Amino acid sequence: MADSAYPISGPLERAPERWSQAAVLEWLNSWFVTVDHKKLGLLYMAYSIFFLLVAGAEAVVIRIQLIQPNMHVVSPQVFNRLFTMHGTTMVFLFGMTYIFGFANYMIPLMIGARDMAFPRLNAFSFWMTCFGGLLLYYSFIGGGGLYGDGNAPDVTWWAYAPLTERAFTRGHSIDYWALTLIITGFGTIGAAINVISTALCMRCKGMTLMRLPLFVWLSMVASGMALVTITPLTAAQIMLLIDRYLGGHFFDTQAGGSAIVWAHFFWIFGHPEVYVLVIPAWAIANEIIPVFSRKAMFGYPAMVAASVGVAFISLTVWAHHMFTIGMTSVGNAFFVLSTMIVGIPTGIKIFNWLATMWGGKIRFATPMLFCTAFVFQFLLAGLTGIMLSVAPWNWQLHNSYFVIAHFHYILVGAIAFNIFAAIYYWYPKVTGRLMSETLGKWHFWLFFIGFHLTFDIMHIPGLMGMPRSIYTYEANRGWGTLNLIVSIGGLIQAIAVLIFAVNLIRSYFKGEVAGNDPWDAWTLEWETPSPPPPYNFAKDPVVTSARPLWDIKHPDDPDWKYE
Amino acid sequence: MSATVAVAKMEPAWVLPSKGRVAMFCLIVGESAIFTIFVVAYIYNIGKSLYGPTPQVLSVPVFNTVCLLSSSLTIVLAEKAIEHGKIKRFALWWALTFVLGAIFLIGTGIEWHKLIYEDGLTISSNLFGTTYYSLVGLHASHVVVGLIALSTVLLFTLTGHVRREHAERLQVLALYWHFVDGVWVVVFTVVYIVGR
Amino acid sequence: MRLRPNKSLFIQVVLRTFVVVLWSLGTAIIAAPIAVAITPTNTNIFSPASTPAKSIYDLSLFVLGITGTIFVVVAGILAFIIFRFRERREDDAEPPQIYGSVQVELAWTVIPVLIVITLFLTTARIIYAIQDAPEPKAALDVTVVGHQFWWEFNYPKLGIHAVNEMHVPVSNSQTPTPTFMRLLSADVIHSFWVPQLSGKTDLVPNKVNELWIEPQQTGVYLGQCAQFCGVEHAKMLLRVYVDTPEDFAAWVKNQQQKAVRDETVAAGRHVFETQSCINCHTVAGTVATGRFGPDLTHLMSRDTLASGAMDNTKENLREWIRNPNTYKVGALMPAMQLSDEQLDQVTAYLLTLR
Repeated sequence: MADSAYPISGPLERAPERWSQAAVLEWLNSWFVTVDHKKLGLLYMAYSIFFLLVAGAEAVVIRIQLIQPNMHVVSPQVFNRLFTMHGTTMVFLFGMTYIFGFANYMIPLMIGARDMAFPRLNAFSFWMTCFGGLLLYYSFIGGGGLYGDGNAPDVTWWAYAPLTERAFTRGHSIDYWALTLIITGFGTIGAAINVISTALCMRCKGMTLMRLPLFVWLSMVASGMALVTITPLTAAQIMLLIDRYLGGHFFDTQAGGSAIVWAHFFWIFGHPEVYVLVIPAWAIANEIIPVFSRKAMFGYPAMVAASVGVAFISLTVWAHHMFTIGMTSVGNAFFVLSTMIVGIPTGIKIFNWLATMWGGKIRFATPMLFCTAFVFQFLLAGLTGIMLSVAPWNWQLHNSYFVIAHFHYILVGAIAFNIFAAIYYWYPKVTGRLMSETLGKWHFWLFFIGFHLTFDIMHIPGLMGMPRSIYTYEANRGWGTLNLIVSIGGLIQAIAVLIFAVNLIRSYFKGEVAGNDPWDAWTLEWETPSPPPPYNFAKDPVVTSARPLWDIKHPDDPDWKYE
Repeated sequence: MSATVAVAKMEPAWVLPSKGRVAMFCLIVGESAIFTIFVVAYIYNIGKSLYGPTPQVLSVPVFNTVCLLSSSLTIVLAEKAIEHGKIKRFALWWALTFVLGAIFLIGTGIEWHKLIYEDGLTISSNLFGTTYYSLVGLHASHVVVGLIALSTVLLFTLTGHVRREHAERLQVLALYWHFVDGVWVVVFTVVYIVGR
Repeated sequence: MRLRPNKSLFIQVVLRTFVVVLWSLGTAIIAAPIAVAITPTNTNIFSPASTPAKSIYDLSLFVLGITGTIFVVVAGILAFIIFRFRERREDDAEPPQIYGSVQVELAWTVIPVLIVITLFLTTARIIYAIQDAPEPKAALDVTVVGHQFWWEFNYPKLGIHAVNEMHVPVSNSQTPTPTFMRLLSADVIHSFWVPQLSGKTDLVPNKVNELWIEPQQTGVYLGQCAQFCGVEHAKMLLRVYVDTPEDFAAWVKNQQQKAVRDETVAAGRHVFETQSCINCHTVAGTVATGRFGPDLTHLMSRDTLASGAMDNTKENLREWIRNPNTYKVGALMPAMQLSDEQLDQVTAYLLTLR
């Protein structure tokens, strides 16, 4: 039961004959029934890029509404839906899907395997996630309820109770939100189980755990975290639905239930979730930075230990999102300490990246531009994170634009930058063609300028007292000019992303032919042809170090002598 | 062209863990997290109901518990049987496991019938009802899923499709059943001992 | 291996000039708003006017010092790396491969641990200083109740029910008179945030939170709800008037009075009392004892209407009663479908409630 002829043909194959209707239908069908990890990975990635554009459009409208005080571009209700959907879409339908899609594509190639451990579970997970996302957006049409309430969810992406209880949110908007997250949650759990099983059980001969590419290690760590992160959210959503439909009282404060319990459960999910999102970004940097610095990763065991350390410690920090909710001083102090502690292994990673680059011969091709900017931005985001961990200061900064600036610094400045780096780096492997360096540099510099214009400045309205989740603000607060600059930066970023989209599509047809290994890299995926054949490797590889291709290219100075 | 090994010494055998076991272990970790949240919600809300039936209306389900926990024993005996290729004995112990699980479910149903109709405890009656039915119900739903899996295997066994080489897969499934029993130990302790 | 095209000296000079210009522009863009930010304005957390806000401000400067130093050092290293270790065209050999160093890893683990310990201890001290501060006898007690989308301020010992605009006396170091607030919510989670006076604290239903302020200067301090609470969260604004002791006493005296009874507006009072206004609103000394909506006894003593959404003028008041959606779509007060004549009469009546 082989997949039908791989649709993305290599540039060296002869041009296909004119496709008949039957051939087109068969080609389409192959995408629906596939269990091949590469095709599913591409499906996930296409899905995530689509929702990146949707959520990006939502962000553009938000920024236009906030460009000056008292604008009336959208009504308050629409604005509240926009930022709720923007957050939910970006986290679940862009972030999580991109991570697992990319892991699905790359991991078997990096460990010398034929496919993931459970190909059918892989397909199931994708289609569950896909359905969930469509369900969320269906709420725009189907969410109407009594009194005209309903439509898309409009309660922020963390949806505090009791605002989400039946009494305060009539209509079905929240139900779509809860069901979507439960369904995509099943998809994520399936994908996470698959990643861990594959990385542990499908490695080629000689690939011990300490010879695993760091991308695979960190994907495994992120997946392990996802198992204990997404499930509390699923539990909380079930409780919410029980409250709304079966007359339950979990969050019903009139019956003795607790609003704070929702906050705890949500952030028990919500904080580790951001690490699930950022660890794969680190995973990408761990692959790109050594190759473009022409040096092995400095401190491989330390990087593994730091990542695992972050994973465990991040499970203990959640209530730093709740410093203002009225915990005792002891409770607050505990979460200050745990949050500051999680910064230590994070900092170690930054130092290791710098040490990898130190003494290297750095090639600033587009992937490395994005990764270098990532290191700079991740440093800044970590520092604003430390500021936010200081609970008394947090009492001022919480729920202000300072927090929004901080987490967008991570989500865009660290994660999105690394995703762009990954696309520029691995596009030649997936399609057989290089992306345009010229367009890549335009994309990078415009995006970098727009990003800093928006998110550097955005810290300041927060310091000046501007809260989040507001559809407009008073003119007498002095926030207008700053918001104007922030919005302009957003538009610049949008232009940069358009250039990227053009590059992505154009390079498929006109890009320079890449060959197996255009970047002179060292991990197993660069051994296969570009794009890889359906079976990945003609012969099962046998490896002797963490950088198998380095050992082949440098037989006089192989890695295994130093491990 | 694959990398060639340049070492002369004997390579140790390349053994990787079984993917079925790893996957089931991961699933169990995830499910444990869900149950932990419901248990925490239950414990947090002990004594917080402002009105309605109290945990005093619960009677300790000793018989049900004995049945469910014994089913862990019978499933181990079934696993041992299939390892040695004794299909008939395997079918016997496996069927007994299913029956014990079913008795547990029926017993839970009877208990709930009494709670709903005689004591007025429902999922919406008060906070205690909400936390009780959601926690015990979540566990019961996992028992149902387990029973469906068990009965499917039983069907395959009775139609002669199950053989000794399937022993490992059945052990993976048995892991799930042990997990369900393990969760019951926690739920039982929290609901019927600590919470009353 | 990818090779970069040859770049002439001219192009390199142009590029470097471009980079310098970019950096200068970037610095200017960053510096200008920072200058704006540190200029005292009405909601700036760096212009504290009250003791807890000042403690937070001092702590924040300390933290900024540490994080700023870390930034300068690490970003400096990064900048050095970018310029010193970039690939030179002529050199194709791979650089020496360094796999790691235990001493180095230890060093850059120990130093952050020390920084964390310092930061944590400093922070813990301020947490206790603010959260566990004992309440002095002379403190003013206010119970704040958050509603969708307005604020209720009850002064239990003084028998006052104020709305949206809180008056407190200024404090001084000889005779401190802080205000200690108990925070409650009537519906969903809100958050009380007046940046110049203190950090924010949430108002959570079925929970009592505590917050205190100790303003050192008179004036009007602005703030707003800081936890999304529904459609009009953005318009749930706050005003805290810090008065001299004399002004405060005068305000208290006025608030303690029952409603002004002016017979010239009896027609309006009649409209008010026979329409369902009294189901939601209280006017002390009349039959109106509704608790769902704001207390209107001293409506005209306030500078704004609808928790800061608009100025308290006759036109705004009339339009608000005619159709609250004009100012606050999603406000829980329905349009009362009054005729123009009824509107004029009711407005005239409410204008007498000083």
